[in-house]
Amino acid sequence: MTLTTKTKVVVGMSGGVDSSMAAALLQEEGYDVIGITLQVWEATGPEVEGGCCSNSAIDDARRVAFILGIPHYVMNFRSYFEETVVDYFARSYLAGETPNPCLACNKYVKFGEMLRKARGLGAEYIATGHYAHVLRDPASERFLLSNSVDTRKDQTYALYMLTQEQLAHTLFPLAKYPKEQIRQMANDRGLGVGNKPDSQEICFVIDDDYASFVRKRSSGLVKPGNFVDLKGNYLGRHQGIIYYTVGQRKGLGITFGKPMFVVGLNPESNEVVLGENSEVFTDTLWAIDLNWISIPSLKEPLKVTAKIRYNSSGVQATIYPGGKGADHEVMVLFDEPQRAVTPGQAVVFYQGNTVVGGGTIISDPRGRRSLLVHE
Amino acid sequence: MKRIYLDHSATTPVDLEVAALMMTYYTEKYGNPSSVHSFGREARQALEEARRQVAELIGATPQEITFTSGGTEADNLAIIGTAEAMSKKGKHLITSSVEHHAVLETCEFLAKNGFELTILPVDAEGIVSVEDVRMAIRPDTILISVMHANNEVGAIQPIVEIGQLAKEHSITFHVDAVQTLGKIPINVKDMNIDLLTVSSHKIYGPKGVGALYVRKGVRLAPRAHGGSQEKKRRSGTENTPGIIGFGKACELIGKRMDKEDARQIILRDKLMNGIIERIKYVKVNGPLGEKRLANNVNVSIRFVEGESLLLSLDMLGIAASSGSACTSGSLDPSHVLLAMGLVHEIAHGSLRFSLGSQNTEEEIDYVLEQLPKIVERLRMMSPLYDQAIHK
Repeated sequence: MTLTTKTKVVVGMSGGVDSSMAAALLQEEGYDVIGITLQVWEATGPEVEGGCCSNSAIDDARRVAFILGIPHYVMNFRSYFEETVVDYFARSYLAGETPNPCLACNKYVKFGEMLRKARGLGAEYIATGHYAHVLRDPASERFLLSNSVDTRKDQTYALYMLTQEQLAHTLFPLAKYPKEQIRQMANDRGLGVGNKPDSQEICFVIDDDYASFVRKRSSGLVKPGNFVDLKGNYLGRHQGIIYYTVGQRKGLGITFGKPMFVVGLNPESNEVVLGENSEVFTDTLWAIDLNWISIPSLKEPLKVTAKIRYNSSGVQATIYPGGKGADHEVMVLFDEPQRAVTPGQAVVFYQGNTVVGGGTIISDPRGRRSLLVHE
Repeated sequence: MKRIYLDHSATTPVDLEVAALMMTYYTEKYGNPSSVHSFGREARQALEEARRQVAELIGATPQEITFTSGGTEADNLAIIGTAEAMSKKGKHLITSSVEHHAVLETCEFLAKNGFELTILPVDAEGIVSVEDVRMAIRPDTILISVMHANNEVGAIQPIVEIGQLAKEHSITFHVDAVQTLGKIPINVKDMNIDLLTVSSHKIYGPKGVGALYVRKGVRLAPRAHGGSQEKKRRSGTENTPGIIGFGKACELIGKRMDKEDARQIILRDKLMNGIIERIKYVKVNGPLGEKRLANNVNVSIRFVEGESLLLSLDMLGIAASSGSACTSGSLDPSHVLLAMGLVHEIAHGSLRFSLGSQNTEEEIDYVLEQLPKIVERLRMMSPLYDQAIHK
């Protein structure tokens, strides 16, 4: 045969500017591009304008695919998304954590099931509009994940869970471009999505009212309880632990004569633990569900830059293999105490621009916040 | 890329003769059929000719045909129109679990608004039991709505027997015949049908046109008000070119129905048997032989998703369907297959091919050559398949 078969790539298209340009760039590079939009959620009530789950977002993706002249399909991920993302989201809040559903979506939906389906369609790769960069380390032969050139938009934090197998089949075409340039390029190509606002944080929760959302899905499980101090003394009544997050000061509903902050949530006793500002700081955290990218596993302490939430800049820390030996757990010791370390969020470790690995923050396994232990 | 269309239960191409006739009524004879002048008269005359053509195909008189914007509107008019007209007599409706959503959801709408609804089960082949209908009938039953043949699995329902029952109990009997018009002979009089839904675009006519047969003497309240068209049953200026196209399509399909059916049965069986021979772990959905529509093939291919099958086929230019399309274009598991007792995973792996007048044996051969390769590739990616073959 004379004709060369082009490499097939499935691009997850949300209808936004980033994934639209991801598709356009890959097409220009000569890939055989197929656009897929995942239908993950059907909101009850009026559509959230610009939400990534709305029919108008699907229409935008379809229109961009049409302009590019690539096939486009909508895939039904509703029940899978509900199981792996929405149920986890509610469960996590009820367990006194502050979940990050985008991480679960990346892990199970986009780079799990969508990648599997894409491979079934004969695609070698999937691609998304994330600002991140995959490269291969010639020495270790490992696939590495590092920052895109636009460090302000960097999304590697939300991708720390990608396995070597997943990275081997993933392309991030936006790695070389700053966001503003991507918008400009989308306008130059007449894609009609160049000026769409950035997507909101949680696509399936209307108006960011996550608490009402969780309450509706977990009938009877959200109960009022007690505010207590670190010694367990009664301070007042709260509406249910899902309404609070570590570090929170506003919206507690009562005043104490001095600024008080949420320093912990105890699902067993249904208590919200309050403390003073200094007590929101900790120098240690524990993380589980680890994934390692630049190293095969953590055998000995390692100096890293750690990010404990999506939009924070990294801080210096040392990570230690967990007590149980294997990769099940790590302890992170910060050089300086950090404010509002939040169970349920991810901690991601970097060396320079490269992701070492990451995991899910848990409450201190010794039952109390570590600050107390160090007292 | 060569394209093969095997989704005729979704829609069909418009016959060239039909399209040519319609064009005349867009550009030359464009009058409003209600107008008194010559432009109006020529449109009116053609409209009435179309009414006669539709009536003839189903054994009705022209006065019993009400044109609508399609099957969905005709179903809504039949069900809500009956409910409204008959609510003094009773408020109980009977339908089946495998109806098109245009029927099921309309009945469910009424059930939320003061009516009572019995939804009959089906057997493993997707067929309603006449005995179940008999048992469901109550003194306050005002409507039985059962489709002639199912759009997904091709199961032909015992309409004659149900019609007899409805007649004995003086209950209005509605039949959605969208999938059977022009494929199975229909005679509304012999079959004791009071209301019959038909649609144009499934029989090589234009989209946006359908009709409801309303037996003379049957009480039906209108859904659209404001004009006096269609004997006040369906107000609004008639879609004259569309209706005329529909009429012509009825005439054409009526002439070739017997021959075309025999031809499609051969292709259908070749495709169905070919799939069974070439692919392991396949289940045919719906009945075999005479109880199945001539153009319908529906199979569940285990350990793969129908959605992935469809997309892979589409990349090769082969158009089929799976489940039921929804507005966004993504797929839900078919309520028909679930009603037939299929478990979720197997319903998810279903694939429907529906044949039409332009399909050839070569096209079937091509599908039989490509489909096994696609299935094998998808099964390689399926953790379930891996577990099953290594058990």
